[in-house]
Amino acid sequence: MHHLLLHHGETLHLLASGGLYWPARRVLVVADLHLGKSERLARRGGALLPPYETRATLAKLDTDLDATRAAQVICLGDSFDDDAAAHGLDEEDALWLARLIAGRDWIWITGNHDPGPVSIGGSHRAELALCPFTFRHIAIPGESAEISGHYHPKARLAGQTRPCFLADAARLILPAYGTYTGGLWCDHPDLSRLMAPGALAILTGSRALAIPMPR
Amino acid sequence: MITLPPALTTWFAAKGWTLHPHQLDMLARSRNPSTLLIAPTGGGKTLAGFLPTLAELGQNPPPGLHTLYVSPLKALTADIRRNLRSPIEGADLDIRVEDRTGDTSYTQRRRQRVDPPHILLTTPESLALLLSYEDAPRIFNGLQRVIVDEIHALAESKRGDQLTLQIARLAGLAPGLRRIGLSATVENPPALARFLGAETAILAADPGPDPDISMLETEAPPPWSGGGGRYAIPAILNEINCHRITLVFHNTRAQAELFFHDLWLQNSESLPIGIHHGSLSREQRDRVEQAMVAGALRAVVCTGSLDLGIDWGDVDLVIQVGAPKNVKRLVQRIGRANHRYNAPSKALLVPANRFEVVECQAALDAVRAHRLDGDPRGPGPLDVLCQHILATACAGPFDADALHDEILTAGPYSTVTKEAFLSCLDFVATGGYALKAYDRWQRLKQTHGKWHLRDPRAAAVIRQNLGTIIDIDTLKVRLRNQFGGTPLGEVEEDFAATLTPGDTFLIGGQVVRYEGLRELTVEVSRAPGRDPKVAVFNGTKFATSTLLTDRILQIFQQESWPDLPAHTARWLSLQREVSRLPDPHSLLLESFPHDGREHLVIYGFAGRNAQQTLGLLITKQMEFQGLAPLGFTATDYATLIWGLDPVTDPAPLFDLQTLRNGLDNWLSGNAVMKRTFRATAIISGLIERSHQGRRKSGRQATFSSDILYDTLRRFDPDHLLLRITRDEALRGLIDFSRIEALLARIGPRIDLHRLPRVTPLAAPLFFEPGRIPVHGEGRDRLASGAAKALMEAAGLA
Repeated sequence: MHHLLLHHGETLHLLASGGLYWPARRVLVVADLHLGKSERLARRGGALLPPYETRATLAKLDTDLDATRAAQVICLGDSFDDDAAAHGLDEEDALWLARLIAGRDWIWITGNHDPGPVSIGGSHRAELALCPFTFRHIAIPGESAEISGHYHPKARLAGQTRPCFLADAARLILPAYGTYTGGLWCDHPDLSRLMAPGALAILTGSRALAIPMPR
Repeated sequence: MITLPPALTTWFAAKGWTLHPHQLDMLARSRNPSTLLIAPTGGGKTLAGFLPTLAELGQNPPPGLHTLYVSPLKALTADIRRNLRSPIEGADLDIRVEDRTGDTSYTQRRRQRVDPPHILLTTPESLALLLSYEDAPRIFNGLQRVIVDEIHALAESKRGDQLTLQIARLAGLAPGLRRIGLSATVENPPALARFLGAETAILAADPGPDPDISMLETEAPPPWSGGGGRYAIPAILNEINCHRITLVFHNTRAQAELFFHDLWLQNSESLPIGIHHGSLSREQRDRVEQAMVAGALRAVVCTGSLDLGIDWGDVDLVIQVGAPKNVKRLVQRIGRANHRYNAPSKALLVPANRFEVVECQAALDAVRAHRLDGDPRGPGPLDVLCQHILATACAGPFDADALHDEILTAGPYSTVTKEAFLSCLDFVATGGYALKAYDRWQRLKQTHGKWHLRDPRAAAVIRQNLGTIIDIDTLKVRLRNQFGGTPLGEVEEDFAATLTPGDTFLIGGQVVRYEGLRELTVEVSRAPGRDPKVAVFNGTKFATSTLLTDRILQIFQQESWPDLPAHTARWLSLQREVSRLPDPHSLLLESFPHDGREHLVIYGFAGRNAQQTLGLLITKQMEFQGLAPLGFTATDYATLIWGLDPVTDPAPLFDLQTLRNGLDNWLSGNAVMKRTFRATAIISGLIERSHQGRRKSGRQATFSSDILYDTLRRFDPDHLLLRITRDEALRGLIDFSRIEALLARIGPRIDLHRLPRVTPLAAPLFFEPGRIPVHGEGRDRLASGAAKALMEAAGLA
């Protein structure tokens, strides 16, 4: 069950999965997929984590695309854990991703983890303006009508921890959509500074739930 | 028989010491490949272990490592070094003794590798590190003997399993290595002997006189419920005053803190009393230990952190506050009093509430009847083996067959199949996933038949992660506005997250006010005289043994209770009046409303772990039935479940076949399994311990091990780590066999009593920490309600 948010005159669906759907434009927006994270850690000589996070994330994306019938997809940066991870995708995962991209207008916004262009379909942008919104990876203080990712916000409610959206009159920050992603508590000074008083946190999980942003 | 150096014999004579028979026996057996000495505390056990080595080294030994001494405690190695120094210096022997622990300086450790002492004192963790260096063969090839102190304690944990693998390695490096194990009283000496090695002979010293043990009589009766034994403080202060040095043992750190705080408030004579537990800072513990050695303290309030270790000869009374849970541990704890051989140890039991009066009585009966309890631990866990393989690779290339042969000589691993060993090797090398993703990035590679690290630089990270002790995430607590901020101790991160500025809690016996969180430190100020919010950091929890729970159920069956204090007898009568008392032949359930929630109490008397499992299984069934359970808590005798709707038809909930069929399914998603998985993932090397230290910098870089667990379950359900987690949980935390025993015992006799309110026997359950949430319909209903309320309160609805 999603949460309806009226933002700069547009109706947005904040999905329980952590994705954002904008029905008027048939756009699905997701942030911080961090595909290929396990491969990157292994490459750097670290632990050999279960190499399944990419397919877990793609499966979730597949479900959301299926449910929303989105025609356009905007990935808000840090889509791949780094550039090499984009090239190192397992063949099956790469095919799956190509299948999702096919027939859709797919936009990769540049993040801090994956700055360069990648050899996978879709187009690449530093940021994207779709009236009235600007889509970028990291929120810029003072900007308005801005939709971004990067921070991986999370919050507690009734003893449970969940990734969450943060929304105030000026901006919307999306939770990390990827499977192997940690989070930053909402009451972290960086987020408190960024979000105006009266901001909402919309928790993801089995259903989207809005609460006043914990500070 | 090998003889001691004459100078040493002379020194002993000058001191007026004569060797005990078992000490002479150890000398006589010095050529034996492996000896397990079982002796009471104060029996000169450690000296007995070192005598053969002192005899063999003699006056002027050649250089090189002769004997390795391993103890579970760093503090013990330092203590032993001091104790060995007097005979060695007194007899002018040219023997070098050094310790090597996490506290040893880098320079010292480097020097020890180049020029090892004759006797090296260490811990399993430091030994693991030492064995992982390339020069391990050179350091250890002349080693003659390994001495394992407090082996009974090590054998109960993965640290011991790891140590047996290390000893197998040492035996490979130093052919002819002899082993000595030193143990307190145990229930099954042959099992412990096998743990040490295949050819171990047992030497049992005279156990000494029976302890002088009783229940402390107090003017005030124990409270109806709760823990900590604070009601008994006047009587305990009186006992402290009548003895030289008293150790006051508590079962948990939180209880020790609360007790210590209240003890000081009532300590009108200002008796010097200290506190010692694992959550206190190293500096604080050192201070207490030094004061103790100097004889400056009359009592120490402590937890299991003082179960082992430093020989405080002057301790003449042990007080156990709270039910002892396990008779063997109680007997060993009692042994802490009076380290003089052949003098009875004196101990007092202080039940913390009326239920524990019954449990203490059961324990007293068992001690007097010389009945010890204990459960066999089963084969060595494979996560420890994975770590051992990884550590072995750090030391240099190895042959898989040779390594398998070697580990078969380690007691707990003597039955590991080639298949199991190879799956561990595959996990370490490739991750062991069904999806072969890491061909290019394997951790171990095989070249010319030998396995080695793909990237030798990885050794540094692997070494940082050695060891099997799993810390819960804790945050340091410091006083704000002080030079450097005095460290007071640590609290669990989960606890810190519940604090808001102004909250007060207890640490190090003082009430402090939470000021804020700076980086990873909890900043506090002193707040004397305030009522503290309880600090809920958990100590180790043991399940009450079957021996004790059986004895308790028998006590319940008595017509009257002349052996029990009158208040407790009255309480049991009251329970019998309003509901009934549990018995061995049926299962008593109580159902009642309380505080706006429905409650169900299951008096299974199956021990904490099995009662917890029962909680998990039953709440799952309740979820199916739409009863919206919210959570549960378990003690050694009962499980308390709360939820939105009452249980009216319990029989289907307890169908063994249903419970067993669903076990795997139900358990796989629960918090206990996730906790077990986390430990297994760290020990086996899947997640790095140092990730915890990186929390500061990489704030989004870390994610919970729960995600890895869920991912593996979904995509690779037969993965080695999931199999290890399942085995481990079933064996330890899940303890399903005790549920089966319970259901077999009661048959169809399930007796549900619906009551208007909490019963006398149920009341203590409401004070139990460690509440486990059930994530389901009930919680969804609550979360929606909570979100709605918050929005309304903020004027946003």
